[in-house]
Amino acid sequence: MSEPLISAVNVSKSFGDNEVLKGIDLSVYPGQVVTLLGPSGSGKTTFLRCINQLETINGGRIYVDGDLMGYEDKGGKLHTLTDKKVAAQRREIGMVFQKFNLFPHKTVLENICEAPVMVQGRKRREVVEEAHALLEQVGLGDKAAEYPNQLSGGQQQRVAIARALAMSPKLMLFDEPTSALDPELVGDVLAVMRDLARSGMTMIVVTHEMSFAREVADEVVFMDDGVVVEVGPPGEVLVNPQHQRTKDFLSRVTADEEDGGVVEHIPDHVYRPGEPRT
Amino acid sequence: MSSDPSSREARPGKIDATPVKHPGRWVAVAVIGVLVAMFANMLFTNEAFEWPIVVDTMTNEPVLRGLLIGTLWVTLLAMIIGVTVGVTLAVMRLSPNPVLSYVAFVFIWFFRGVPRLVLLTIMGSLGVLFQGGMDIGIPFDYLFFNLTGLDGDMRFLTLDANTVFVGVTGGAIGLGLSEAAYMAEIARAGITSVDEGQREAAAALGMTPSKTMRRIVLPQAMRVIVPPTGNELMSMVKDTSLLGAVPVTNELFFQLEAIGSRTFKIVPVLTAACLWYLIIGSVLMFGQYFLEKRFNRGYGTRVSGPAPATDPESSQGTPA
Repeated sequence: MSEPLISAVNVSKSFGDNEVLKGIDLSVYPGQVVTLLGPSGSGKTTFLRCINQLETINGGRIYVDGDLMGYEDKGGKLHTLTDKKVAAQRREIGMVFQKFNLFPHKTVLENICEAPVMVQGRKRREVVEEAHALLEQVGLGDKAAEYPNQLSGGQQQRVAIARALAMSPKLMLFDEPTSALDPELVGDVLAVMRDLARSGMTMIVVTHEMSFAREVADEVVFMDDGVVVEVGPPGEVLVNPQHQRTKDFLSRVTADEEDGGVVEHIPDHVYRPGEPRT
Repeated sequence: MSSDPSSREARPGKIDATPVKHPGRWVAVAVIGVLVAMFANMLFTNEAFEWPIVVDTMTNEPVLRGLLIGTLWVTLLAMIIGVTVGVTLAVMRLSPNPVLSYVAFVFIWFFRGVPRLVLLTIMGSLGVLFQGGMDIGIPFDYLFFNLTGLDGDMRFLTLDANTVFVGVTGGAIGLGLSEAAYMAEIARAGITSVDEGQREAAAALGMTPSKTMRRIVLPQAMRVIVPPTGNELMSMVKDTSLLGAVPVTNELFFQLEAIGSRTFKIVPVLTAACLWYLIIGSVLMFGQYFLEKRFNRGYGTRVSGPAPATDPESSQGTPA
């Protein structure tokens, strides 16, 4: 088998006394789509944020494409990377947020072109061309000149995906990309993600969308209370879970689905600045 | 039921109701009307106003020069100093570097605490502190020459404090630094008002913290910073009337007062002062309106473009 694109070894993270990640091990291979499932507070979002260093880890190591994230190993002693080098590492990783986080003062086109031009220093003309193609790809070819607040949530999230893709990342992280959307807007976003998965993008997706996990994921990781409880193909973990905690979670989630309820409406944790993330 | 054609006749139609009456409003109009009439009557009949003299002093040549140099030019210089230093201070104050943060705090503490009139008077007297002039060069160079027994110095430029800190430059620096302390607090409020998610999104795209500040955070903070800065600008125009303390004589109020004390026409001269400050203020309010419109792009209710298929996420854009 080829080298893993991401390899997390014994990753731990605490917010004060609250230990959120308790030794996570995970390998993701190029082209794989991995979904992280688990109840609120299980640490899946925190783990995702640790991968591109929006949180600094307290223990363990995370390697992306062979690079140690956040540190430089000089003869066995770790040195924290400068802001500039951290930024350079993040360029390789695209991230999509629960609340989209589009830049409200920029048009859709400017949102997409900002980083390729300002960070990668590419020519605006060619970036603009590419941005239009990306907008077509996410089904928003006619929205280039709009401001984010003129779009629906689902459209904003698709722009956010296009914005991340404009940096040609090796890897895409999705942090509950459909949790803040009205139910009828979820489908369009999932369709874009499905296409992306088919095109061979390596993806880690934190989600409550069981259908997405079932149909698209190569591997499902079930987390609870800061540890990885169970890992496997969706056909095993979702159909025939080995652990009681996984069974409990799945029965709760599927009960919601059968109620005609929508999974994405599981009351989700919305982050407020200053509080520890879950 | 409602599809029954017979009931369609009875369905209520257009509303034609009598509006609520507001007798209180009419009373208020009457009272205020009488007061305004009394005031206008006084303006035109009271001999002390001497309107021809008001117009005359307003367009008097030294007064106009004072308006241009002491009021408008110093306001411009002081606001440029105030905004640039103020935004820098705000960024320092919010910096994770404790030294920068504390230095900014001390600066703000000092310049917010000392009244502008006192500050301007101090600026005019700084020459006493630097009687030999201010040298620019390597600090503590005399220690090196004392130790080595060599002769000479490492100073490249000597400025005369009496010329630097007196007059328009001194006044603009004094008012500018005082303004910087207030602008720092305004800019800090603006920066902290920007959602943390914006910084995270920029970071995730590989932007460095300084680029994120310049490209993403500050432009959004401007929306919060501009309206109170308009107030600050207005205050600055008025506070240039303190410049006499430096002293700056080429200043609107100083010149008008001088005419007043020479001719004893106090009321017309003060009226002229009020009118000039009101005219400047009106122009500034007009300008602020357009500036706010510029920085509100992408916020609040949409102004153009086709309506989206569904309601936009109301949590994303705060109403203007």
